[in-house]
Amino acid sequence: MLQIQDLRATVADKEILRGITLTVNAGEVHAVMGPNGSGKSTLAQILAGHPAYEVTGGSVTYEGEDLLAMDAEVRAQAGVFLAFQYPIEIPGVSNAYFLRAAYNEIRRARGEEEVDPMSFADLMDEKMKLVEMDGAMLTRSVNMGFSGGEKKRNEILQMAVLEPKLAILDETDSGLDIDALRIVAGGVNALKRADRATIVVTHYQRLLNYIVPDFVHVLAGGRIVRSGGPELALELEAKGYDWLLEEAIA
Amino acid sequence: MIEPYLRSFEAFARDGGASAPDWARALRLSAITRFETLGFPTTRNEDWHFTSVAPLADAALLPLTNPSGSVSASDLVPFTFGTDWHELVFVNGRFQPDLSRTGGLPDGVRVMPLARAYDELPILVEQHVGRIASIDAHAFTALNTAFLNDGAVIHVSRDVEVAKPIHLLFVSDAGAVGGTSQPRNLIVLDRFAKATVVETYCATARGAATYFTNAVTEATLADGATLTHLKLQRESAAAYHVGTLDVRQARDSHLVSFSFATGAALSRTNIYTELRGEGCGATLNGLYLGDAEQTIDHQTRIEHVEPNCYSRELYKGILDGASHGVFNGKVFVHPEAQKTDGKQTNNTLLLSEKAQIDTKPQLEIFADDVKCTHGATVGRLDETSLFYMKSRGIDARMARELLTYAFAADVLETIELAEVREGLEAATLRRYTEGDRRLAVR
Repeated sequence: MLQIQDLRATVADKEILRGITLTVNAGEVHAVMGPNGSGKSTLAQILAGHPAYEVTGGSVTYEGEDLLAMDAEVRAQAGVFLAFQYPIEIPGVSNAYFLRAAYNEIRRARGEEEVDPMSFADLMDEKMKLVEMDGAMLTRSVNMGFSGGEKKRNEILQMAVLEPKLAILDETDSGLDIDALRIVAGGVNALKRADRATIVVTHYQRLLNYIVPDFVHVLAGGRIVRSGGPELALELEAKGYDWLLEEAIA
Repeated sequence: MIEPYLRSFEAFARDGGASAPDWARALRLSAITRFETLGFPTTRNEDWHFTSVAPLADAALLPLTNPSGSVSASDLVPFTFGTDWHELVFVNGRFQPDLSRTGGLPDGVRVMPLARAYDELPILVEQHVGRIASIDAHAFTALNTAFLNDGAVIHVSRDVEVAKPIHLLFVSDAGAVGGTSQPRNLIVLDRFAKATVVETYCATARGAATYFTNAVTEATLADGATLTHLKLQRESAAAYHVGTLDVRQARDSHLVSFSFATGAALSRTNIYTELRGEGCGATLNGLYLGDAEQTIDHQTRIEHVEPNCYSRELYKGILDGASHGVFNGKVFVHPEAQKTDGKQTNNTLLLSEKAQIDTKPQLEIFADDVKCTHGATVGRLDETSLFYMKSRGIDARMARELLTYAFAADVLETIELAEVREGLEAATLRRYTEGDRRLAVR
């Protein structure tokens, strides 16, 4: 589904990614871990098309297409979804309106009929249960006045509505208490299917107790320094990142 | 260039002025004298630093002392809000009984043109007209007062709530071109009275109709009274507009004001209030939408005279083309006004390189135990918000349109009156979405 080949990127002339190579197949869950400043959030944002980063080398192929050549909205319409680490507040746009606009844009891109507000409301009822969200949050402006946990649940709600093929979760666990973490993870797991893939970017192993990865990659200094199975996450939890960084330097 | 106005006054005093009571004629005389001294303000005047009225002064748009006009009810449809509101219609500044609707007013509520109020509410008008809006420092108020002749008078008696809004509709048609109309309104709410007044300024004249509307509304709120005042300025694109609302608030009274300004080549809206008793609240919100070469200026002044009052202010603007916005928000906290709670915010979105805004918050605080904040932002559409929307599949143009509309909707949603809120939301949406049908409101 996704092939990242020797990806290099800078932000404001500072090199953040120094040659990332990673393949994600349908049905797989990949965890990308690493210390602060390792480039893991940058990787997530570049895959979604954030304009602040400049790709200076390498390639990203998504379902046989050059992902980097697509605008952010085209990527989303093609099934790429990024759950933001810091979801954006948009005063004046209701959550329900925003979700319906996005849903219909993606349907249009797929050549499907748009849905009217009534049918959309039914769909929302079902999806809201998944993340245990209160209906009142739909009439509020997007993320305005939401708590940290509510914002993250709102991201997962968007994901549940848009049903992406490739979901990228950027530190969705940061700032969550254990209950919120369980709800968010439950939402992600419910969307798992053989034809979809997930990349979980996280600093801690904790989330991986709930979303069990097939592969774990450790990023440091803009490179993948170690890949392994779920046991690698447990090892990192026990020993921290330092030993890996030392090994990588040595 | 004030001589033509002085000559015009002499003719008016001989002719149209004859029907007014003595106090009104004396008031006019002192006002024209004051206007003669002040002249039109220049940009050296601190209150007009960012807005030059030279084009207006040079245009010599003389007062319409005996205006004619031909406006039909169907011409007014785009500017009205259904047929169950109380409505006074003025064409080129002159009251039009045939187009107005004042039936079904509750007992204790009087709504009438000034000329009738001279007869039916003589004490009320003498007590208040010219006593609230000062001519001392305000040349345009002096000019308005000098030609005091027509306008609306609203009186709501103690404990009476007027359920339906009262609409004052000021229309300019071809008969206004080249002239100045100067409506003068008075709103008096007795103790615990409650009313909603909407003032609309609009034009039926097509194309570049150059005329000047110089309006003044005085309002006084007795203890516990609540006035919701909405001003909708939708003048013709080549018009000039100066509109002042000046309010006096007694103990526990509340003013909720909204100013929507989108018309005229040059417009200035003044919203002033004095909180003269404890426990008052004033909420002053507004939205200005500018394009082309327009200048849209707002000046607000809130005087906290007594303790334990609050004021809230949110003004937002969207400026495109080479338009120029001005926001000057003054808050004065007098030495006795302890525990004042004031908050002022002004946010402007600039859609083009040539658009500009001058924003000047002015807090002068002479009490020591108060909580007053102000903040102003000027900016373009937020790139992070655009990326967020695009990352959800919304295309770039729609994301821009939606964010622009949302910027305005954020303040429009503070309007409680559904007909006005929904009307302005729909008009704003149409304006910024180039007819994109995908963006049906909510």
